[in-house]
Amino acid sequence: MFDLGLWREIFQSMSKNKLRSLLSGFTVSFAILLFTLLFGVANGLENTFNDLFKDDAQNSIFIRSGRTTQPYKGFKSGRDIQFKNEDYTYLKEGFGDKVQYITSRIYKNLPASYKNEKNVYDVRAVHPDHQYLEKTLVYAGRYISTKDIQEKTKVAVIGRLVEEDLFTKTTALGKYLNLGGISYKIVGVYRDDGGDNEERIIYLPVSTAQQVYGNTDHVNQINLTHNPDMKSEEAIAFSKTIEKKLKERFNVAPNDQRAIRLFDIASRSSEVNQMTTVLGILILIIGMGTLIAGIVGIANIMIFVVKERTKELGIRKALGATPKSIVRLIMYESVLVTALAGYLGLVVGMGTLALIGDGLKDYFIKDPSVSTSLIVSATIVLIVAGAIAGYVPAKRASRIKPIIALRDE
Amino acid sequence: MLEIKKLHKSYPIGKDSLHVLKGIDLSVKEGELVAIMGSSGSGKSTLLNIIGMLDEADEGEYILDGVPIKNLNEKKAAVYRNKFLGFIFQSFNLINYKNAMENVALPLYYQGIKRKERYEKAMFHLGKVGLADWAKHLPNELSGGQKQRVAIARALAAQPKLLLADEPTGALDTTTSYEIMDFIQELNDEGKTILIVTHEEDIANMCKRIVRLKDGVIMEDSYVEQVRASQYV
Repeated sequence: MFDLGLWREIFQSMSKNKLRSLLSGFTVSFAILLFTLLFGVANGLENTFNDLFKDDAQNSIFIRSGRTTQPYKGFKSGRDIQFKNEDYTYLKEGFGDKVQYITSRIYKNLPASYKNEKNVYDVRAVHPDHQYLEKTLVYAGRYISTKDIQEKTKVAVIGRLVEEDLFTKTTALGKYLNLGGISYKIVGVYRDDGGDNEERIIYLPVSTAQQVYGNTDHVNQINLTHNPDMKSEEAIAFSKTIEKKLKERFNVAPNDQRAIRLFDIASRSSEVNQMTTVLGILILIIGMGTLIAGIVGIANIMIFVVKERTKELGIRKALGATPKSIVRLIMYESVLVTALAGYLGLVVGMGTLALIGDGLKDYFIKDPSVSTSLIVSATIVLIVAGAIAGYVPAKRASRIKPIIALRDE
Repeated sequence: MLEIKKLHKSYPIGKDSLHVLKGIDLSVKEGELVAIMGSSGSGKSTLLNIIGMLDEADEGEYILDGVPIKNLNEKKAAVYRNKFLGFIFQSFNLINYKNAMENVALPLYYQGIKRKERYEKAMFHLGKVGLADWAKHLPNELSGGQKQRVAIARALAAQPKLLLADEPTGALDTTTSYEIMDFIQELNDEGKTILIVTHEEDIANMCKRIVRLKDGVIMEDSYVEQVRASQYV
């Protein structure tokens, strides 16, 4: 039900009483501005945290071995723990579908050359699953394959920057790369969102590396991802289980922190999630407080406005205004002032956030912004708030007795 | 037109109550111009407020144009006020942020009349009070007499059965008062029923009938020889 005449009355009363409208709008504008900025900054913080683990799969578990620090089951402390291919197989086959992807890793640091260009690179010898764990994006050729592992082929997958360094005038795919004196055929080139260092790595099949460099079955590290359907708590429990089983397997004391080290993103990100949740709740409370302060502010001013307009409302009643029409007059004005002022605050707040942009990246605030859904709900809250703030004074106004309002001083 | 029987009204003052109207009987026919006189505290304003449905009587009967006025809720009172009555106040009571035309059009807004028609009617009534050229002026740009004429135009706009004027000349100098009375007399000549509360003898004598109140009862109710205001203007 849209009553144009009523809105004309309200517009007139607002525009002819600008100072009054401005004053009542100011608190709301300010409250919404603060609200928007708070939420934007909170989102910026959350964005930063989410980015921390961006280049690795979110369900990754990294397992490394070290040296025991405690004697256990007849073994002395200071014993080196060495993972082998059989441990990879144990993890791959021992946990069923709880393991999604799994790979071994051997670290090397080798001089590489193509024609006259030379450089030293980190080399990782891995299983094919490594591609998914590290989110490696192969844009030319292919990644290490199962066949490479079985046949111990001498192939390499190189990073974008390795190609840039060594193959200045040509493309790398299909060429042969000399790596520590041995020739590898380049079968793939990749990108990685994890930064420049991640794109200066050379990948080899793990079996090839084991044969060529020392003819052992040793591996330095085993990485895996758990089933992504697992909930955060399940994932954390799963990684605890793996740690326990491996410690039993290597006769390591259960409380030995150094011999087998397990790092899972699930528990890290659950900590971060917890932190952002707490932060979110905190900001919500503060934001709501600000908003309530704004509403109370406008309610206060509306009460004052009704007092100021007592005589006018009395005249209107004497001329035939029904109580309902008085309630609407005051309440809609309140809604309109709140909505307009709130919208102004929102726009200024969003503008400020857009201006800040990535300017506060050093302070862990990345791309602060507010979502559309927040804007929509803020608008609804504003209209409801305006209605609430206007209702009590409006009701009071509708009860004004014309004889009292019109009594001559 | 107007029929009042045994009207009583008292106001509570602390624990006691002040009996203001003690059984008023009054009958006004269509086309009458009645002055209600009395000193302050005589109950004349209370009587006018009850007639104007701004207040309700405790006891008694009030029939306006054949409609019994009783048990009014606020909404009903508002509708009746809008339909039956036009008010003229001592202090004009114009809305200060609305110009003359918008003030005159306000009762029509509450009758649900469309904007264009509202402003046309308002202009017509402003023309009648001789202020067509002042339509776009705000009340504070008008003189006291002009303000009261705008208020009269506003009271007329809704075409009420009865005009109620509460000390309409109270805030005006003598010359302006007579101008306003002249205008009120013209309206009465055209057939409007008008009730004027006043405490000025000369104003009362410009009416056709004088009702004198004292301590809540009617002391005297007499028809008088009307003094025409035009001779002083």
